[in-house]
Amino acid sequence: MTSTGSDTSATMPTAPGAPPTRPPDPEPIVPAGGIAGLISLVRLVGARLRGGELGSLPVVLGLIVIWTVFQTQNSHFLTANNLTNLALQLAATGTIAVGVFLVLLLGEIDLSVGWVSGLAASVMAVLSVRHGWNPVLAIVAALVLGLIIGAVQGGIFAIVGVPSFVVTLAGFIAWQGVQLKVLGSDGSINLPDGTITKLTSTFFTDATGWGLAAVAIASYVGAQLAEVRARRAAGLRPRPLLEVAGRSAVVAAAGFVAVGVMNDDRGVPLVLVIFLALVIIVDLVTRRTAYGRHVFALGGNIEATRRAGVNVAFIRISVFALASGLAAAGGVLAASRLTGVTQSTGGSDTLLNAIAAAVIGGTSLFGGRGRAWSALLGILVIQSISNGMDLLGLDQSIKFIITGSVLLASVTLDALARRGRRSSGRG
Amino acid sequence: MADPVVSLRGISKRFGAVQALSDVDLDLPAGEVVALVGDNGAGKSTLVKTISGVGPPSDGRILFAGRPVSINGPRDAVSLGIATVYQDLALCDNLDVVNNLFLGQEPATRWGRPARWLDEIQMERRAHELLRTLSVRIPSVRTPVASLSGGQRQSVAIARSLLGSPKLVILDEPTAALGVAQTAEVLDLVVRLRERGLAVLVISHNLADVFAVCDRVEVLRLGRNAGRFDVASASQEQVVAAITGADTVLPGSRPGGRRPGLPATTAPPAPPAPTAPPATTAPPAPTAPPDTTEEVQP
Repeated sequence: MTSTGSDTSATMPTAPGAPPTRPPDPEPIVPAGGIAGLISLVRLVGARLRGGELGSLPVVLGLIVIWTVFQTQNSHFLTANNLTNLALQLAATGTIAVGVFLVLLLGEIDLSVGWVSGLAASVMAVLSVRHGWNPVLAIVAALVLGLIIGAVQGGIFAIVGVPSFVVTLAGFIAWQGVQLKVLGSDGSINLPDGTITKLTSTFFTDATGWGLAAVAIASYVGAQLAEVRARRAAGLRPRPLLEVAGRSAVVAAAGFVAVGVMNDDRGVPLVLVIFLALVIIVDLVTRRTAYGRHVFALGGNIEATRRAGVNVAFIRISVFALASGLAAAGGVLAASRLTGVTQSTGGSDTLLNAIAAAVIGGTSLFGGRGRAWSALLGILVIQSISNGMDLLGLDQSIKFIITGSVLLASVTLDALARRGRRSSGRG
Repeated sequence: MADPVVSLRGISKRFGAVQALSDVDLDLPAGEVVALVGDNGAGKSTLVKTISGVGPPSDGRILFAGRPVSINGPRDAVSLGIATVYQDLALCDNLDVVNNLFLGQEPATRWGRPARWLDEIQMERRAHELLRTLSVRIPSVRTPVASLSGGQRQSVAIARSLLGSPKLVILDEPTAALGVAQTAEVLDLVVRLRERGLAVLVISHNLADVFAVCDRVEVLRLGRNAGRFDVASASQEQVVAAITGADTVLPGSRPGGRRPGLPATTAPPAPPAPTAPPATTAPPAPTAPPDTTEEVQP
């Protein structure tokens, strides 16, 4: 979008006596409608893509390919029943991936989230089943445990200076041991029907599902329009109305189609709403608060952020605490879906799927780039592959190979996009 | 005449046995651009660190608007109104210009600064205003800093330092590593800082730049004041001589009209500052520290 040759307009003085005008800004203006508007919008998008601003386009395209392939192989794949199952399956690891997204924004890594989720779920199960705690209290205890673990690991990283890779690798090994200890000789605990299992087995009525979608979409469109109006009032260039309309249409279509499909089966599941709410909250915090801006800044340039007066240690510790806290929440959701915990809860491919989801969704491993939505998109890809291959009855070995290939492809895309950004001067 | 914004009196700095600065005086009046020059190891950076709070002096007094103050950390300096723009820019490449300008400047809330909900519209308006008053040319305030030229980045870094309404701006090698046009851009900006009535201290190796925009040149040599020149009446040769120690007679600053900011292109070509050794070499002072003083850190 850096249009050369028109830099000078940015410094043109405002005509005397004129009302505060829109600051000159040589970004290409998208006319508000018509064929010409559409063409220039396409051009704008094309320029962004060439400049390496891929956004979520590759992952959406990938998802379409994956769904098409599985649907042609097994016509049960795109049924309401299976898609609702997909929603139930992705919530737990997706929640963990939201935490991984935060850590990746810093340009760091947290390898312990898998076993932290397992440990938190185990502690919750032990407290509620063996010690008879109120299930809500047990869940809160699990979440607090996650926050504390993250704060400790973050503190060792931020204050002592041990690399995050090593601290969390140690956590990866140690928390697994603690989980074995907590579960004791039985090695597994079944959760009776109750508050915890209801997290997964609760489905909203059709009307509530439609209502939730309508409220969410209306808030989204309303916020977009309010921003356009506020920017216009402030004399700033608003986002083109055509773009707002396009985005709103995509969001509304996705929302209503998803609700329609799930209503066709059991309805919108509570876990999905919990997961989406977490994504939305984290998205707003990272993009709209000073805290989130500091997280992005740290992922860009640590020294500059420190000199700007940001408390670097606080940001780092809190991000690791949030990541482990979200991992604990994911563990609770996983235990709820499986109605119990075992020695392998949070193990196996939990960690790798969570990291892969964040990365596949478009979060840069190099820090400072990404959206919370990448956790949702990425886990959709991973879980679709897993679910589809289960339907086809493929062997676990094939599953791992395919998932690995998709991860490699998406990281390669990130690296290539980075190169594109650099060659178009966007670092 | 009003008190200078910042005055240093008898500043000394020791790193163990090494005397990095001895009894240095410096006055930085409002609306004046002072250049601090000297050879490598002359103590320029050490002196700047005493003002910016990074390395407090071992001895001596710092006066701010005539009042003695102690600057024991960067925060003290900032809260007094001393802004430092470091050579390595300190911008986040992944953030756009607006966000770089306001990073760490968010007004605090009841729950601390990080809880602040960002007012992007207000920030963008203020960014436009600030950059316009400084005539900084940026393609768009929403471009990531990574895509800006070196001169634009330096301009953003300088503009950023003005947000806290400082009284003194210290620029550490503002034109190092910049091309000709970009250097002119940054020097223009320095002139505008003076027009805003700020005291400006420029550390530079480039005498052409110094003579283009500065009012006064302070020479440091081996950690001591080694000359004070009024740019309007001094020649680059005199300054070079003071830097290298060839001329032991201090010409002293002569009163004279302040030179209006000239475009960089009218500056006479300068010999590279630290070269051009004179015929007579000054005998090293017996107490002189080695030339590598600046590299010595506690």
